[in-house]
Amino acid sequence: MRRAWLTLAVVAAITFCVGPFAWQALTSLRPEDELTRVGLPSSISFASYAGAFHGRPFGRVLLNSFVVAGTTTVVCIAIGASAAFAIAKLRFRGKNLLLGAALAVSMFPPIATVSPLFLVIRALGLRDRLGGLVLPYATFALPMTLWILTGFFRDIPDEIYRAACIDGCSPFQAFRRVLLPLAMPGVAATAILVFIFAYSEFLYALTFTSSPENRTIPVAISLFAAEHKEPWGEIAAASIVSTLPLVIVTLLFQRKIVAGLTAGGVKE
Amino acid sequence: MKGGTSFSDRRQAYLMVAPPVVVLLGVAAYPILAAVWLSLHRMILVFHEQRFVGADNYAFLLRDARFWTALGNTAYFALVAVSLELALGLGFALLLSAAVPGRGLLRASILVPWAIPTVVSAKLWAWLFNPDYGAITRLLPLSDTNILGTPGYAMHAAILVDVWKTTPFVALLLLAGLQTIPEDLYKAAEIDGASRLRAFRSITLPMLRQAILVTVVFRTLDAFRVFDAVYVLTGGGPANTTETLSIYAYKTLMRSGDFGYGSTLSVATFFCVMAISVAYLRLLGPREAGA
Repeated sequence: MRRAWLTLAVVAAITFCVGPFAWQALTSLRPEDELTRVGLPSSISFASYAGAFHGRPFGRVLLNSFVVAGTTTVVCIAIGASAAFAIAKLRFRGKNLLLGAALAVSMFPPIATVSPLFLVIRALGLRDRLGGLVLPYATFALPMTLWILTGFFRDIPDEIYRAACIDGCSPFQAFRRVLLPLAMPGVAATAILVFIFAYSEFLYALTFTSSPENRTIPVAISLFAAEHKEPWGEIAAASIVSTLPLVIVTLLFQRKIVAGLTAGGVKE
Repeated sequence: MKGGTSFSDRRQAYLMVAPPVVVLLGVAAYPILAAVWLSLHRMILVFHEQRFVGADNYAFLLRDARFWTALGNTAYFALVAVSLELALGLGFALLLSAAVPGRGLLRASILVPWAIPTVVSAKLWAWLFNPDYGAITRLLPLSDTNILGTPGYAMHAAILVDVWKTTPFVALLLLAGLQTIPEDLYKAAEIDGASRLRAFRSITLPMLRQAILVTVVFRTLDAFRVFDAVYVLTGGGPANTTETLSIYAYKTLMRSGDFGYGSTLSVATFFCVMAISVAYLRLLGPREAGA
């Protein structure tokens, strides 16, 4: 009896999580005249997918998002990994202050920084440029990068670092040649989390970009409109195209992502 | 590391942490201070007007009914959303830790809402809520109700989107907490003849206290600065009944171009969030705060 209830609960939970996404996938595959139906479509149609790319720079938008999120990830890992190593393994003053400051920054509401950053980005001529997004993204993804990677470096035994030092490595060489390779699973998990954060970010992208061909996916999808009515089929198709890669990567790297999320616990 | 850290080693350590420090100071700390500075000005972008007005904007803020409504909306959103996420997330976590069929599938499914960008999930739900063709509108006895256009309904629709999107994160954090509880405790309770409910109340909840507190802190702070989900779903409407602090500040900044008062609203949001974090840090105590 208890088992039956538990199974029912699992089915309900899975439906709740996947149902809305599955519905969106189904919507994207409906022929246009069946969008208003609730039942299964009479045939599968890719017209909404073609429509999503027609008459608007959606291909460009996809590329923008991948470029911005990819660059952010590289920048974040490049400056975050060595710092996390230093915090975990080296002796210097102020490391708790740094971790505390990072935690405080992770609590900042993004809106609180929008007005000055807008003025700075405009003054630098980076308004409506993808470059103007990378710096704020990298900054606000840095706290979780530091927290998660510091945790991973701390899990590597001190003896390994000491052995590298005895072999004549400087701290930085020990990091590059010995500890970084060992921390690679953690770096990969962190990179995925940073990528997803940057790929999904909305407020800065909405504020700092203006022309349709410089938008990122969230902004483009939020402003997806047609002349007369909301193009729900095309919105569904665009949502699936831009989300499916994330969902697949997330499912492939499930365990790593969960480890990173719960180890850092800093942000989702 | 014990002993023998040379001067050059320490210098390397500082060199390694320097880039994050510079970035955090330049792109996070400076803008907050600059926002405070802007909030003391009257500044309308299109008029190229900027003059110092002292605390005038703050005096206006205290009299601004729309601000108080937005604050109330935000607090209501955060309170209800986080409570629901905690309850549902705990349920998910318990299911994931029980030996039930389909556990692996549930573990994978739960990551789907987490991976979907908030804007996409808001659009996805907006379609489900569509007054003419939405699946929810048609399946529930609400036919022809414009859920997103009706005060009272719209806020709860936005809460549902947030619950859908972030319950997975809550469930994963609580699951990690559950996994630290030694199995022996439950065995001992079983031998003592304790019911499942009793074991849950006397073992699970107390042992999970820390995980629950940490989760509530992160989720409340996140919910309090909510922008994406609500902005895309309702734009703050109908009649500003779903307008949160971030949305009000955004509209003032980017639609009205009022950078002075918009910054005041941003700074007010910032201080609300900081007040909540300080309150929580007190609650958590200094030991856990650093963990």
